[in-house]
Amino acid sequence: MNAYIPILLFVLVAVSFPIITLLIARALRAGKPHPVKNEPYECGVPVTSLAHETRYSVRYYLIAVLFVIFDVETVFLFPWAVLLDRLALFGFVEMLVFLAILVAGYVYAWRKGALQWA
Amino acid sequence: MNELLWTYVGWPLLKILVILLALVLLAAYLSWFERKLLAYMQIRLGPNRVGPKGWLQPIADALKLFVKEDLTPGFAEKFVFLLGPVLIIVPALVVFSVIPFGPSPHLFITDVNIGVLFILAVSSIGVYGIILGGWASNNKFSLMGGLRSAAQMISYEVPMGFSVVTVLILAKSLSLVRIVEAQKQAGLWFVFPGFVAFLVYFICGVAETNRNPFDLPEAESELVAGYHTEYSGMKFAFYFLAEYANMVVVSSLATVMFFGGWLRPFPNVSALAFLDVIPPLVWFLLKVAFFLFLYIWFRGTFPRYRFDQLMGIGWKVLLPVSLVNLLVVAYFVSLPGGQV
Repeated sequence: MNAYIPILLFVLVAVSFPIITLLIARALRAGKPHPVKNEPYECGVPVTSLAHETRYSVRYYLIAVLFVIFDVETVFLFPWAVLLDRLALFGFVEMLVFLAILVAGYVYAWRKGALQWA
Repeated sequence: MNELLWTYVGWPLLKILVILLALVLLAAYLSWFERKLLAYMQIRLGPNRVGPKGWLQPIADALKLFVKEDLTPGFAEKFVFLLGPVLIIVPALVVFSVIPFGPSPHLFITDVNIGVLFILAVSSIGVYGIILGGWASNNKFSLMGGLRSAAQMISYEVPMGFSVVTVLILAKSLSLVRIVEAQKQAGLWFVFPGFVAFLVYFICGVAETNRNPFDLPEAESELVAGYHTEYSGMKFAFYFLAEYANMVVVSSLATVMFFGGWLRPFPNVSALAFLDVIPPLVWFLLKVAFFLFLYIWFRGTFPRYRFDQLMGIGWKVLLPVSLVNLLVVAYFVSLPGGQV
């Protein structure tokens, strides 16, 4: 566990770095408030609606769900990869079966047009 | 007691501060190098007013960012707007705690046995910084940029994971130091058995850092600046710094996993032993510098992809290619007595 103490230290340093820098910048920076500066920057066109009221493509959710499936699968691959030379051909075939099931789902998603943007 | 404090706190802390300072300076000078190189590629001069050949330009830029007015737009979610830049800079820095710059324990901060997993896990926290920053700005350009960026980063995470697993099969370890040592034992850089994996890894690396030709999240001609449209002053500087720090991370990881880290070319050929006059740290930095140069070269030469093309490349080309490559490498390693 001793190997993780420097990481903890680094996290502390990394968190304090932006905080300290922002505090210094706060002391140094100029500030001239103006009502126009408070509007969203959308090329000077008067704002008709806020971004949080607008809608966006549902495909972003679909990509997120697909990502979770594949990422969990990658996590399964990590320990398998490190031990593969000891698992030998049996381990390879076993992973082949696991991946075949996943690839079946991937092909299904592709055929259904989940990967088709636009 | 004092000695323990020095080995576990004092000495690592010193190294951390040195790396932090080096990284900030590197990011600043990388921006100068990028502007200069792009300028020469386009037959311009680039920055040349501040200091000789513009060498002091990054210092002037940093000072300017310190004294710039730091606007928080009225419609923004104040707390999340502040959280965004912090969330992107912290993981970009923390990743450097496991990158080995050389063989001696003094040249890296720590070596954990799950190094690669640690890097992948920590660096993906950066996505939150981008999507939260884009969302909190309450600006349509920022929201679109943040969404695009998140979708792009998680899409390319998958083939990147597969190509990293290919290296793990060859190295039989997750520790970055052990991966380099495995390349020394094998007598060749893993880029030779894993060339396809390297190509996939580097394409994904460019996409993950939102650089050309995959810089859609900040495509200035359609989204103004994407997720950081509303950011100014020091908060903008953090997004800027994190982008360059992430480029260095991707380049370092490519060096460690595929190009033998601190090893000289062909580490087992004794005819090349004269190359050992160059110290390991310099070999490492030279390789990283080469990848950083590639990044800028890409920016100078490639046009930007469309968003549907970008998603198509990630899900329909890189994913099958890296999966098949993984299985081919795994098959050869798993054969009886199988070595690469």
